[in-house]
Amino acid sequence: MKKALLALAVTSVLAACSSTPTEETSTPVVQKAAAPVAVAPAQPMVKEPVTVSLYPAKGVGGALGQRTIHYAFDKYTVTDEYMPVVDAHGDFLLSHGAAKVTLQGNCDERGSREYNLGLGQRRADSVRKILMAKGVKDSQIETVSFGKEKPVNPGHDAAAWAENRRTDIVYQGE
Amino acid sequence: MKNNLPIFVALLLALIQVPVHADMTLEIVTQGAQLTPIAVLPLAGDGVGSHQLSAVIAADLKRSGLFDPLDTRGVSPAPADVEGVNWDAWQAQHANFVVVGNVQEEQATHHIKLNFRLIELPNRMAHLNLSFDGSADQYRMVAHHAADAILENITGYKGMFSSRIAYITQHGSAHSLKVADSDGFNEQSMLHTNEPILSPKWSPDGQRMAYVTFELNRPMVVVQTLATGVRHVVARYKGSNSAPAWTPDGRHLAVVLTKDGHSQIYRVSIDGSQAPERLLSSGGIDTEPYFSPDGQTLYFTSDRDGGPQIYRIALSDLRGSPERLTFGSNYAVSPRLSPDGKQLAYIQRDGGAFHVMLMDLATKQTQPMTDTQLDESPTFAPNGKYLLYSTQDGGRGVLAIVSTDGRIRQKLTTQTGDVYEPVWGPLQ
Repeated sequence: MKKALLALAVTSVLAACSSTPTEETSTPVVQKAAAPVAVAPAQPMVKEPVTVSLYPAKGVGGALGQRTIHYAFDKYTVTDEYMPVVDAHGDFLLSHGAAKVTLQGNCDERGSREYNLGLGQRRADSVRKILMAKGVKDSQIETVSFGKEKPVNPGHDAAAWAENRRTDIVYQGE
Repeated sequence: MKNNLPIFVALLLALIQVPVHADMTLEIVTQGAQLTPIAVLPLAGDGVGSHQLSAVIAADLKRSGLFDPLDTRGVSPAPADVEGVNWDAWQAQHANFVVVGNVQEEQATHHIKLNFRLIELPNRMAHLNLSFDGSADQYRMVAHHAADAILENITGYKGMFSSRIAYITQHGSAHSLKVADSDGFNEQSMLHTNEPILSPKWSPDGQRMAYVTFELNRPMVVVQTLATGVRHVVARYKGSNSAPAWTPDGRHLAVVLTKDGHSQIYRVSIDGSQAPERLLSSGGIDTEPYFSPDGQTLYFTSDRDGGPQIYRIALSDLRGSPERLTFGSNYAVSPRLSPDGKQLAYIQRDGGAFHVMLMDLATKQTQPMTDTQLDESPTFAPNGKYLLYSTQDGGRGVLAIVSTDGRIRQKLTTQTGDVYEPVWGPLQ
């Protein structure tokens, strides 16, 4: 059911992107879900056009499908490796003025929780700064730090730490 | 609540592993310390089993790592005063001190009164003749006060047993803020949430707790009154709100806000009557504010020189240049002042490890206190003689204690979940 809803939302996004923008009314209830897989909905289930979450598909489509920027220990600079990802989302936000992102900064488990909260904020801010420099509107970007409190990998080794040092780009409604 | 898990139930020897409960193991190491043998005799009129005040007193003394409480279970009947003590027997067991006394229960008022004497052997010199009373529900706290008096009389250390600690527990996404007596008994949960909780900080009077909660998705600072559970938001500005630190008068908190950009230190009033006042201005992360006990100096962590280091600045000269205190590593965080303001505990990265460090602020000499790997959140006992901190063991967050002379170490291992962000409260 969730998948169907999500797929519907994605299809509607595409529709919204390629046709005239619709009035903002209510947003569909699309909970956090796994990366959308290619499931083609047979028929639209809603009669009225609704504003849908304008987010690009995750995990596909090259740089735009990537949502995560990784960092070195105690660093918050976006390295060249991740610039195409930030660029792609910047371009998307520029061409989709109604789309909004939350940049979630995260750290590995080492060191102080409060310092990591500050560091995570710096990581989110580093991405925000690049997006703003591209001309993305302030109102399209929110930042939040989760410090070391929300690791994606619960492990305690170098590989887990590298995975957890990150900024996640999360689209509103996603 | 009386049968909750004891976090710090003590045993002590060169190195022992003690299963104190199905869920946890406590390991205590004492190096080169001369343990004082003491006989805490059964008290006339005392409770039985875990309700024995004499057992609570003996356990406290043992946990200090300074005493060797002798087995007194065979003493029957319990002598109510010095007349009934078999001095020769305790002298034969090399007891340096004997604790003897009685417990009176006032049924009508539900109060208990503990009367005891502390006698030194072999000359049978009287050291203490004291009474403590309290609600029968708080019988353990009555015993903790007695243990504090004994500790201070014999060692010169101020009290520590009649205090409480707070910490966060986590099982998966279930987070709880908990408070317990300093021996881990009477554990109570102040808050359950599926979002992270950070940085609990006792108010100077021990009646309230400030902490950071992500309940509304982004960090905000809340103050909760322990007795009533009533909470109110002290800082929920745009962005992140975190790292509360009480001023010694209990009327303000230093907090870290990102409302104007990156993490900077502000002062807010507890009652929310004043707009946040920015205390410092840097281009980097400023965080983990901590006031000196006299309230004159602000200690904090900042990466203004590259990596995080610890700084301090006089509150009377906030426009001046902060003094950098740490130089031994490229990563030093989490400053905490001893109750007398003379020592600084913090966390330093050494290669791949993160250790609790102690700095003598007069000489700036530092020494590593731990050999554990991923230490966090050091917090001084009310007498400044012990540091409680969190670390990792087997991939889980556990609590540990080290004496500030480095000789006594305790580590608690739980079977499931994580424990972290410990903070030691004031004496009760």
